[in-house]
Amino acid sequence: MTELRDVLLRGGRLLDPSCQLDGVGDLLIRDGKVEVFGGTIGVPDGAEVIDCAGQVVSPGFIDVHCHLREPGREDVETILTGARAAAAGGFTAVCAMPNTDPVTDNQAAVGFVLKQGRAAGAARVYPIGAISIGQQGERLAEFGEMVHAGAVAVSDDGKPVVSAQLMRTALEYARTFGIPVADHCEEPTLAAGGAMHEGFVSARLGLKGIPAEAEEIMAIRDILLARLTGGHVHLCHMSTKGSVELIRWGKERGISVTAEACPHHLSLTDAMVENYNTNAKMNPPLRTAADVEAVQQAVKDGTIDVIATDHAPHHNDDKQREFSDAPNGIIGLETALAVNVTWLVKSKIISLATLIERMSCAPARLFNLPGGSLRRGSAADITVFDPDQAWTVDPAAFLTKGRNTPYGGRILHGRVGCTLVGGQIVHNRMG
Amino acid sequence: MSTPLGKDLLGLEHLSAEQITLILDTAEPLREISERAIKKVPTLRGATVVNLFFEASTRTRISFEFAEKRLSADTVNVATAASSVTKGETLVDTAKNLEAMKIDMVVIRHASSGAAQFLAERIESNVINAGDGMHEHPTQGLLDLLTLRRRFGSLKGRRVCIVGDVLHSRVARSNIWGLTKLGAEVAVCGPRSLLPPAIGEFGVQVFDRVEQAIEWADALNVLRLQLERMTAGYIPSLREYNRVFGISRERLDRAPREIVIMHPGPINRGVELDSEVADGPHSVILDQVTNGVAVRMAVLYLLAGNAPALAEAAKGGDR
Repeated sequence: MTELRDVLLRGGRLLDPSCQLDGVGDLLIRDGKVEVFGGTIGVPDGAEVIDCAGQVVSPGFIDVHCHLREPGREDVETILTGARAAAAGGFTAVCAMPNTDPVTDNQAAVGFVLKQGRAAGAARVYPIGAISIGQQGERLAEFGEMVHAGAVAVSDDGKPVVSAQLMRTALEYARTFGIPVADHCEEPTLAAGGAMHEGFVSARLGLKGIPAEAEEIMAIRDILLARLTGGHVHLCHMSTKGSVELIRWGKERGISVTAEACPHHLSLTDAMVENYNTNAKMNPPLRTAADVEAVQQAVKDGTIDVIATDHAPHHNDDKQREFSDAPNGIIGLETALAVNVTWLVKSKIISLATLIERMSCAPARLFNLPGGSLRRGSAADITVFDPDQAWTVDPAAFLTKGRNTPYGGRILHGRVGCTLVGGQIVHNRMG
Repeated sequence: MSTPLGKDLLGLEHLSAEQITLILDTAEPLREISERAIKKVPTLRGATVVNLFFEASTRTRISFEFAEKRLSADTVNVATAASSVTKGETLVDTAKNLEAMKIDMVVIRHASSGAAQFLAERIESNVINAGDGMHEHPTQGLLDLLTLRRRFGSLKGRRVCIVGDVLHSRVARSNIWGLTKLGAEVAVCGPRSLLPPAIGEFGVQVFDRVEQAIEWADALNVLRLQLERMTAGYIPSLREYNRVFGISRERLDRAPREIVIMHPGPINRGVELDSEVADGPHSVILDQVTNGVAVRMAVLYLLAGNAPALAEAAKGGDR
């Protein structure tokens, strides 16, 4: 095994809310770990020096919710391309949802994802196992074996757990292993056939809508089940004003509920669906301006703990269909930072420190993952980025295989310069 | 080719009052062609029109076909069962193939909202929306407007209530846009389970009781109750629907003024409309069918780049 080269990140703004760090200085990485930070550090022999002047040096971003499509749809994404895209977006770790084909619902499948992730040599890839076998919503998958093999959470994401009894059991059983149950909140009969948010735009376009209540009914059901069981429910991709009010209600009562929101739900409204733009089709759908504002405020006050991408690559042929037949989802790994900086930080809704807390520290804490901190001795999973750099989104230049983004052609602020995982540079745009 | 309507006719929402009036004005003289012994003029000779019907339709397809033939266009009909869609061909591929065959116009009916626009964005030929999902059915809207304009002279200040399953109706949306642009007041009436939740944002009144609608309106546009919806439980039964929302002779007799009765067809007799009303003196349902051919001739004529001012002359044959 080759010895890791020391890396000195010189003169960046070291920003880490996990240890109240915010100041210009150097950071030295040795043996894949943070050795020392702050002030001016002399260059050790043989160390690689990266000039970080004007850049923010933060704990690496961690995405607790992405879809890497392998196994099953390697034409759309592989763990390799997904991990590279993650690194390019400043993510040092990603959690891969289990709705692959076959479903990641057993220890062998979990092992496969880990193996492919390690082979990719980019961002760390953590598997999330399915709640139910085949995500059929009938029988619990073997949580214990999957956790033993390396799964960090369970989820039937892509589908709601329709049976309240099964969800109850999942929350109870997950407590044994100390893992969160990541919850796709969607009341299926209300959402059936829906292609976008139910409102004036859907009425005008003649598209069947999904009411906000389809999400909220499941959110409150599962918050109540978390209260009943003491289990940790993590509510995925929250998109409505009502949902954040319900999460707030749960948290105020000490219920073990955490939640995530996605960059697209923090920046875009259902007006994006005008002209039947399938790159604005996702589930949960883009909501109203009032919902966007409420979710932004929830990110600000911590009701929403985490910003996750819900990166969902699709083949262009699949998206180039009639709107109601096109699949849900957009890519997000390579635009997440810039969307968040542009809509949340530049508009002064949250500080950069809060953004790093939501994209790095909190995900590490809630999913019990390494990273999320620049403390001495912690794994050197680090993102270097320029929060002010403007760039034009060019989907053709992405490392993900997906091109399905509603941000194509937009000028955004915030660009990742360099990503390090375990002290190794896995992405470098800084020359 | 730039026409006063643009390249395509996808809906009435994005047409101006002037463009709508132009179509109606153009339809008036063309209407007379259908009254002749030889119902044909050479206006679109040499033009190829494809009627692409991905969804079952009888009257709209026939109406378009008559309009095309009376203008001497060459027409090809493609129905779903006979198309490559059953072999898995996508709409994109269908569009590319049509384009490669150097056609001039496509009339498309499709179960998906936005399908007409989807096609229009991908081919050079003119696209006419003959009904897309729950979105719009612009030529039906136009023929309704022509029928009412012929009856009332002007639509300004006239009160039109759309009764029935507005939620799933492309006809209702085209009517709302067209009527309001031409200055009519519009209301809807039906069970709330069959009205879009955001209906108030369309700028229309909402009546929960059909008696209120009859009291208010100059015309009722009664929509077909789509029987297949009933299995989804939007209303308890057809019998109850008829009792609460059906347009009967007795209900109309209590109206303070004569009410024009319209229906896009096909009618479920005894459900949304009683036969005595459908066949009665206030019904303009068959006028709608006649006007449908004229409106579709006008749309084809204008999209083909013909000068609106020459519509009268078009009746005569070659120019």
